Amino acid sequence: MRYQRRVGWRKWVNGLNVAVVVIVLFVLLPIYWLIASSFKTPVNVGAQPPQYFPNPISFANYHSAFVHYGFGRYFLNSVIVTVVSTMLVLAIGSLAGYALGRLPMRGKSPLLVTLLIISVFPEIAVVSPLYLLMHQIGWLGSYQALIVPYIAFNLPFAIWIMRNYFLGIPKEMEETSRIDGASPVRTFWSVILPQALPGIFTAGVFTFTACWTEFLMALTLDNSNSYRTIPVGIALFGSPNVVPYGTIFAASVVAVVPIGVLVFVFRRFVVSGLTSGAVKG
Amino acid sequence: MATVGLNGINKVYPNGYHAVHDLTLNIQEGEFMVLVGPSGCGKTTVLRMVAGLEDISDGELRIGERVVNDVEPKDRDIAMVFQNYALYPHMTVAENIGFALKLRKMPKAEIRKKVEEAAEILGLTEWLDRKPKQLSGGQRQRVAMGRAIVREPSVFLMDEPLSNLDAKLRVKMRAEVRRIQQRLGVATIYVTHDQIEAMTMGDRVAVLKDGRLQQCDTPQNLYDFPVNQFVGAFIGSPAMNLYKGQLMEGGRNLKIGSQTLELSDNVHIAHPSLASYANKEVTVGIRPEGLKAVSSDVPRSRALDVQVSLVEALGSELMVHFGLDATVVRLEDVQDDEEEILTQGGEGVARIEPSVSVKTGDRLRLEVDLEHLHFFDPTTGVGIY
Repeated sequence: MRYQRRVGWRKWVNGLNVAVVVIVLFVLLPIYWLIASSFKTPVNVGAQPPQYFPNPISFANYHSAFVHYGFGRYFLNSVIVTVVSTMLVLAIGSLAGYALGRLPMRGKSPLLVTLLIISVFPEIAVVSPLYLLMHQIGWLGSYQALIVPYIAFNLPFAIWIMRNYFLGIPKEMEETSRIDGASPVRTFWSVILPQALPGIFTAGVFTFTACWTEFLMALTLDNSNSYRTIPVGIALFGSPNVVPYGTIFAASVVAVVPIGVLVFVFRRFVVSGLTSGAVKG
Repeated sequence: MATVGLNGINKVYPNGYHAVHDLTLNIQEGEFMVLVGPSGCGKTTVLRMVAGLEDISDGELRIGERVVNDVEPKDRDIAMVFQNYALYPHMTVAENIGFALKLRKMPKAEIRKKVEEAAEILGLTEWLDRKPKQLSGGQRQRVAMGRAIVREPSVFLMDEPLSNLDAKLRVKMRAEVRRIQQRLGVATIYVTHDQIEAMTMGDRVAVLKDGRLQQCDTPQNLYDFPVNQFVGAFIGSPAMNLYKGQLMEGGRNLKIGSQTLELSDNVHIAHPSLASYANKEVTVGIRPEGLKAVSSDVPRSRALDVQVSLVEALGSELMVHFGLDATVVRLEDVQDDEEEILTQGGEGVARIEPSVSVKTGDRLRLEVDLEHLHFFDPTTGVGIY
């Protein structure tokens, strides 16, 4: 009651709000620094005392990233690998998630536990054997050298998210649809999938982000210049004696944009996708 | 339009649970058949077997002339309304109602026409372009009905379609569902746990318990001639009062607790089998409406003296809960929760005219409607007629 009696600006200034603002600033600071520095001149990036605002605003770092270091190629490679992997993960994962969530089958829970274990399996443990395997089948330096392992590594988590979402859809939906005369495939496509969109978007955003930022496998399996993805590309900017921070910042800003857009567009779905399984499942 | 015939239907789940035992039931053309019973009695399982959503373990199911045990749900010519309606949330009302027709590859114009007809019957015309979440509970219920009637099936199956509505709306929709069903003349199987719904809606009511059919008859016959004490106690609200009684002096007197009622010849004419219980124990059923508050002039041979423990004024009548020194026969799983609370007040309930002035703690003389007493075997619970 006391809270409601406060008037004007005073009601906004309470402990909780201050805390929230501080935390948000704390989280945003590195991102601000990244963006601000990318627009500084290469000399000003490391200036002492530090420049809090870029002055003058310069696009030299962006120019350097795209023209001198061929960042456009890396960006394209990342888009190809990430988009193809994400699409396939969603296609396979939604069907698998539906089967594991809804269809009667033996060995469901061992399968789910296995998936869970795989999804937390450390990447580094499999990189070496994977390298040998890729070497033997001649896939090193190709898109599929990344796409196939990315699918394998991201499927389990995606299946879990989508399965939980399917579980939250009342079974009567399928039964009604079945009585209405829809085939199982039609039911999945016209009735279940549209209702599971939040879960699918959530899985999609997570998969996309994981593939987009993956470093270790990209470095090991696709290190030729024409197949290099963004994380590896940026890491290899410069020479042993020079680290072009400004260029790295500029490239990083460009690299963050697709994820930022994705999360912003689907934010409503992602939040509901993450919570729904917890409540209903 | 068709009949539905269940012949010796059994359901045994893979884990060995025997949910439905030898159920034989025939639903006539245009008949409204209600399956009623406490939760877990197998009524929904029966409905789902008729729909084809559950396999039939044993027995024969006919819709019309056809045996449909192994026929896919969509080919059984049925429509089902679920308790939670199961409306497709991403489709508009019109799309929801028309989905089945679209799957049949009916031309769009014809679908539109049929959907509009159904909407007209249900008063949904102005809501056709809305999504389900923009509708009230009653409207959603009607959309679910619309989805069923647009297909012009030979059988309607309804699984507690009104139980998600609030009490007032439920009463309104009760009449509406019945009206629509009568207008379309389609055989209907309606599952509910609410005996009032069963009594008010059903042409006939089938009472189930533990997967076994107890009795299937018209509501009035169920009320007047319950085949056993379970049906007696299940049908009617508040529930029938059941006491241990003893037939004394060759069956002329009925002793309930310390009090004795005199049974007239009419009682024995109505219950000839009662003769074999002479000088033995019986279970006596007295309906709350079979008790009348009277002055103390009425002889004790026709009345019971009770102690009032609680009075509930409903306006049109008083529910008087009372204590009596007789042994009460309890049927744990008979009442649903709502009625359980009603009967907690005492060891019996009487439905009394509101003009009688009575309050908690009073002594009250209740005249017993002896002609409408019910008698049950004390060990088997079977009705004695």
